[in-house]
Amino acid sequence: MKMSYRDALNAALREALAGDPRVFLMGEDVGKYGGTYAVSKGLLDEFGPERVRDTPLSELAFVGAGIGAALGGMRPIVEVMTVNFSLLPLDQIVNTAASLRHMSGGQFHVPLVIRMATGAGRQVAAQHSHSFEGWYAHVPGLTVLAPATVLDARAMLAPALASPDPVIIFEHAQLYNVEDELGPGPVGCDIASAAVRRPGTDVTLVTWGGCLPKVMEAAGLLAGQGIEAEVLDLRVLRPLDEAAILDSVRRTRRVVVVAEEWRSGSLAAEVVARIAEQAFYDLDAPPARVCSAEVPMPYARHLEQAALPQPATIAAAARQLLGAQ
Amino acid sequence: MIEFALPSLGSDMEQGKLLQWKIAPGDAVRRGQVVAVVDTSKAAVDVESWQEGTVFELLVQPGDTVPVGATLATLLEPGETAETAQRRAPRPPAPPVTEAGPAAQGAATAPAAALQPGAVAAARAPGVAPTAPAPGEPRRRISPAARKRAQELGVDPDALAGTGPDGAVTVQDVERTPAPAAQRQAEMRRAIGAAMSRSKREIPHYYLTEAIPMRAAQDWLVAANAQRGIAGRVLMAVLQLKAVALALGKCPDLNGFFIDGAYRPARAVHAGVAIALRQGGLIAPALHDVADKPLDQLMGELTGLVARARAGSLRSSEMSDPTITVTNLGEQGVDAVLGVIYPPQVALVGFGRVAERPWVRDGGLFVLPAATASLAADHRVTDGHYGALFLAELRERLQHPDQL
Repeated sequence: MKMSYRDALNAALREALAGDPRVFLMGEDVGKYGGTYAVSKGLLDEFGPERVRDTPLSELAFVGAGIGAALGGMRPIVEVMTVNFSLLPLDQIVNTAASLRHMSGGQFHVPLVIRMATGAGRQVAAQHSHSFEGWYAHVPGLTVLAPATVLDARAMLAPALASPDPVIIFEHAQLYNVEDELGPGPVGCDIASAAVRRPGTDVTLVTWGGCLPKVMEAAGLLAGQGIEAEVLDLRVLRPLDEAAILDSVRRTRRVVVVAEEWRSGSLAAEVVARIAEQAFYDLDAPPARVCSAEVPMPYARHLEQAALPQPATIAAAARQLLGAQ
Repeated sequence: MIEFALPSLGSDMEQGKLLQWKIAPGDAVRRGQVVAVVDTSKAAVDVESWQEGTVFELLVQPGDTVPVGATLATLLEPGETAETAQRRAPRPPAPPVTEAGPAAQGAATAPAAALQPGAVAAARAPGVAPTAPAPGEPRRRISPAARKRAQELGVDPDALAGTGPDGAVTVQDVERTPAPAAQRQAEMRRAIGAAMSRSKREIPHYYLTEAIPMRAAQDWLVAANAQRGIAGRVLMAVLQLKAVALALGKCPDLNGFFIDGAYRPARAVHAGVAIALRQGGLIAPALHDVADKPLDQLMGELTGLVARARAGSLRSSEMSDPTITVTNLGEQGVDAVLGVIYPPQVALVGFGRVAERPWVRDGGLFVLPAATASLAADHRVTDGHYGALFLAELRERLQHPDQL
């Protein structure tokens, strides 16, 4: 059955709400409006206002409320409209959700799931378009997920809810309309490992989330030029599946990390650093990165597209590593 | 100050790679002591010093390749101190050849003449590793993976053309080069080819063959070996070597070197024994003073020589000393071998297999073991008549094995 990424998320939420009375969904416009990206459409009617709750425009307050509910035994799913807005409750997420278990010596867990849209490409400019996944991947105490496929959109919520500690799920806004075949039944997946989306021998393209379709397209371009790229989808941004990264790079001996975040101080930098630390002697070329231009995301369409990683620039970076221009 | 130079270890050697120093600054060096291991294109050779002194400075590092004649190290002469030596001889950037060059080779037979002043001029400044970039020159781009792989394979990545970004050497570039074993074989092939081409180009060969009855030698050897333990048994090849050496006593013009337009006879017979190497190729190191040693001793030394040749641990004197080459292809089953002289030697003696043959003597037909001996000799030094005398003498010597 063809299913969109959006519908897959909706199905996962419905399954979670139906399967566990402790689960509830909370956020701006998740109820009556059906969600900014229509992910929670129909859930208010099905589960009622107790379990699908519209909140005031105060991320600090409702994320904090979610943490309190989690401490109180609930399994809240909090939606933050975009990652840019998550900087308001950053204090709650980092200083409270991520820290309580450690500060309480393991007495308090915070079984909270926070969903956020992330990424650019829709001309919503510099306050709604950034990719701060790497900031959260920096913080011990958090698990950070980036479903890039319809299957992961459908399957990652259940194990996230099952985690006793806070999990942040990043949904790239450009992925909501992506469609793929999906079986009707429940699907399982782990939230620990990266996945090879395309096997290859000549260069590894490491990416996650919204860049995956672009990287797959770049791999197709490269294949037309006789270069077999392996595409590794990280899926889990914290903790990193280091073994999968190193395994792939040791086989291909070349790597391009593709990410929509800014290059400086990025998760891409972390991936490259780990490769340099642990697979230096397996490298046949310096690790490369394709990230967004270091500017606040422009509004103008041509500027926005120019600022983002694109299949042609990704393929060019890979070719460079193979000595081809 | 004594300059210890890289000796020529055969006329086909133009350069050598220092593998290992066996000495360190301050060590006392005795005459004949092995001081270094040098890789020629044929083998790793233990290089001896023929001068005595105290090691002052090692000028070449292991792994460096330098031309024949380049100064490898300096030794202080007895009585000399570092201070006086330095005061007297501030080290020039490119040391000129001094008498220490040839002298360092000691008994240094003919190949010493291969030393050319030009070879030293080409030698780089002492102490500078050839692979180290000159100041200001950017480091060669070799990927970490390529460097690691090159080390595993024993390949010099600096010598490779790079196809990676900015011309970097990649794993693929390393793996494209032939494995060192194959590389080594190719080098040896080239070295043999160069020496043999030079021989055929410069030496007017003449060839003689003689069928030699081997009954007496064979019977004597069987009886003699019956008295020996298995390990001590003597091979026919040793009898042949000894017979050649003794026959050369009557024909000294076949035992020596032709250098700079003149023949220089050698004082002793150091037979270069052609040894086939298992990985392919050929080497002919010297069995020393064959004429003066009893068969048992020769057998022991031959066994050691073959083992060391195959293990790649010959001594420099063994590489440079042969005064004539003896090759025995009899075990391969050939009837006769007409050899190519190894310059600057002037003769090569070959033996075919010992086999039963019809033999006419005194009007009667007999069946007896016989072998064809051959002589390839340099017409600039001897004529066919002289060569025939040698083969007749050789034949005669082999009829009296008890006197070998």
